Amino acid sequence: MLGSSLKHPAMADFLFAAAGLVLAMVAAGLARILWGPGDADRIMAAQLLGTGGIAALLLLGEATNVPAALDVALTLVLLAAFISVAFVKGATRSEADGA
Amino acid sequence: MAFDIGLALLVLGVGAWTVAARDTFAAVVGFVAYGLLLALVWVRLAAPDVALTEAALGSGLTGGLLVSASTRLRRAETRAVDERQPASLRLAAAVLCTLVSAGVAAIVLLLPEPAPTLAPQAMVNMAATGLGNPVTAVLMAYRAIDTLLETVVLLLALVGIWSLAPDRVWGGVPGPRHQAEPDGLLTFIAQLLVPVGILVGIHIFWVGSVAPGGEFQGATILAAMWILAMMAGLVDAPAVSRRWLRLMLVTGPAVFLTIGLTGFAVAGSFLAYPEPHAKLLILMIEIPVTLSIAATLALLVAGPPERAPGR
Amino acid sequence: MSAALNGLTILAVCAGAFFFLAGTVGLLRFPDTLSRLHALTKADNLGLGLVVLGLLFQAEGLLAALKLISVWLLALLAGATVTQLIAHTARPSGPQA
Repeated sequence: MLGSSLKHPAMADFLFAAAGLVLAMVAAGLARILWGPGDADRIMAAQLLGTGGIAALLLLGEATNVPAALDVALTLVLLAAFISVAFVKGATRSEADGA
Repeated sequence: MAFDIGLALLVLGVGAWTVAARDTFAAVVGFVAYGLLLALVWVRLAAPDVALTEAALGSGLTGGLLVSASTRLRRAETRAVDERQPASLRLAAAVLCTLVSAGVAAIVLLLPEPAPTLAPQAMVNMAATGLGNPVTAVLMAYRAIDTLLETVVLLLALVGIWSLAPDRVWGGVPGPRHQAEPDGLLTFIAQLLVPVGILVGIHIFWVGSVAPGGEFQGATILAAMWILAMMAGLVDAPAVSRRWLRLMLVTGPAVFLTIGLTGFAVAGSFLAYPEPHAKLLILMIEIPVTLSIAATLALLVAGPPERAPGR
Repeated sequence: MSAALNGLTILAVCAGAFFFLAGTVGLLRFPDTLSRLHALTKADNLGLGLVVLGLLFQAEGLLAALKLISVWLLALLAGATVTQLIAHTARPSGPQA
């Protein structure tokens, strides 16, 4: 359909570089986990890592020709949603308990 | 190359931060982030099955377990935060960890070129099992006994968690009552996400026979969706004494064990499959095991009973 | 034809990376939790969306394309809802001065 199995090697290099770039930016955002003056900021940095990680994963899968990376990304996004809700529930529950 | 170094440094950095974090909750967030990065590493190493398992189980579900544990500990933690282990103990732990890491690194770096591997034999014999994914062939045919033991171990862990219930709620309902807000955000997300998640979970399980995937990964996704529905208040956790629940948990390992024992009669040894029926038998094992594992994992995260049954 | 598709992919992925950059800068530099949340949602939605769009042009087959779009939609759904939940955590009593 769209695209072809013969990938231009420069294309693979570009996607690889893009994955690296996204990852680098997400890594910078992790500083917010370090400073973030509250659980909310930390959860946000983790959320950014999740979305960026998924983007990097998709790019990486395409660049290195691992089609299953798409399934891994699907799994990640579902578990990320689950974990985010668990985090928020965990944070609010402990606040309600007066900890 | 630069990408690999960057990724490795990032993994090490997040790992180091997770270990050094003062607050348990922050450490859990770091742990989940670490797991995500590891999944990336596995994809980079062209091991998508491991990446799937890491993303689903190692990072996602274990993260859920740790979050509920850290929530329970938070009350006790504010009193314990000033306790610090003696320096000699921490030094000993650091030395031990460094030695283990150095040892593993040495083993990997000193492997002969090409490294000894059973992969060619695994591929060659795959046709006899009727499967197209060598990893699944290893898990369900060559080393099926390991998989059987894993399912039993999970069940034992669940029994261990249930035994933590106080006497007055023995056999009761795990977890607090989650209020469902009819127009709330959480209800919205759960109503949309859970059906899609169930579809994806079934897909990942089903595709495991020919592509990366399989029962553990699919079961984890199903479990996460059940927990999500529970957290949103769409369904309440079942009481752990319910017969249908216990039947569901036990059926997977029981079927696995039964087929394993009939292997004596039909094909000569435990968990041997007669060749023309291998794929069918594997499927007959996988479906109940997937359901059992999903239920087991979900209940592991739900925790010990906190409410009396029948309320 | 495939050169044009490659060009589109490069364009879309670069744009996506730019939005991730913007989101990260916002997360690091904005003064308070809620404005940081705002930056985060931009990175989520547009960054990932543009990356997915770029990869769609390279996709092999309908199933792969559907999966790519599903990843983006699910990430959008999860992200949008979770950021609302986080905002509620950060300021539970609603908008104030």
